[in-house]
Amino acid sequence: MRYLYTFLLMFGFWLLLSGKFDLFHLTLGVISSLLVSWMSSDLLFIDSSKKGRLIEVWRLILYIPWILKEILLSTLHVTWLALHPAMKEKIAPRIVNFKTRLQSDAARVTLANSITLTPGTITVRIEGDVFTVHALSDKVASGLPGEMEERIARIFTEERP
Amino acid sequence: MSNFFIATGVVLCLFMLLALYRTIFGPTIIDRMMGANIIGTKTTVLLIIIGTIYGRVDMFVDIALAYAMLNFIVTIAASRYFAHHKNIRAEGYGVLHYTPTKEADK
Amino acid sequence: MINTLTITLMIAGLFFFFATTVGVLRFPDFYTRMHAAGKGDTLSSLLILVGLAIYNLHHISAGNILVTIKILFILMFIFLASPTATHAIIDAGYESGIKPWGKESNREGQDDLAD
Repeated sequence: MRYLYTFLLMFGFWLLLSGKFDLFHLTLGVISSLLVSWMSSDLLFIDSSKKGRLIEVWRLILYIPWILKEILLSTLHVTWLALHPAMKEKIAPRIVNFKTRLQSDAARVTLANSITLTPGTITVRIEGDVFTVHALSDKVASGLPGEMEERIARIFTEERP
Repeated sequence: MSNFFIATGVVLCLFMLLALYRTIFGPTIIDRMMGANIIGTKTTVLLIIIGTIYGRVDMFVDIALAYAMLNFIVTIAASRYFAHHKNIRAEGYGVLHYTPTKEADK
Repeated sequence: MINTLTITLMIAGLFFFFATTVGVLRFPDFYTRMHAAGKGDTLSSLLILVGLAIYNLHHISAGNILVTIKILFILMFIFLASPTATHAIIDAGYESGIKPWGKESNREGQDDLAD
């Protein structure tokens, strides 16, 4: 099954990139997509057993506007800091650790990238369920993990503790 | 409109020169990797601007896509390679004039 | 109309690129520089690329729409790759034991860095 998914994804990608729809290019596309899906079908779609992947993807798309707003805020924050004349008094960097309750790898990666894109924090490392985060000030450090974890848990349908 | 794109490209090149300072003068290898990474991101944008100036975006967009992927892979590979060099310290390995010291980190 | 929108978006993007570069030059240590590099780059490439994608649609044909989709694809790739590359670089720095710059009151608890 995952061969078929990988093949469809790769072939769609080929159509997007080539933009030519004659027989020769389509045949080449089918051959190379088949080769790629044969060789590396175990890279994407690792656990195909879980139901409801499509709903997760859809909720991930709905998550994008919120993260765009957060990116805008964080860039404004970093811009304000970078152009501030007395910037070194404004920041008090520190490294904090916290535990997450997200279980799946996809949810953890989404959380890590979201932390990097939100104001004042950047993910340094994930070890098991412990996140190491570098924060620009104590205020943002105390706000972790915040409502982001809640939202991501809702996306990936994880039960509350 | 074409003049505006040319001006944008020139300004982007100036920013790349500014970032090149961080790439050349370190102080650590990791700082240089970061400088190279942000120059790469600017180059991806600059390639599409160049394509718009010449009216050949359809060609330059493929180059830009390949460049973005290459930039990402180079960053990952370099950071994997340097992750275990224990002597990348604030003043130590990676400074232009390297002088070996016992206590590189205070 | 399209030209005004493109110029606005691209000037905003250039401003954030400028702030990113100044931040990379001015911040005191490697970790804080990564804050500027990782965040500013994502938003400013988003603004400039969206501006160019809109400009590209000023006369609509199948080829132009395909190019616009490709530009948006590059955008999506930068969106996924930029935080990951930031994370990889900062993890390499943390692994090799660079101590973060900080005020003395924040020093406790940071001595167990990987070394």
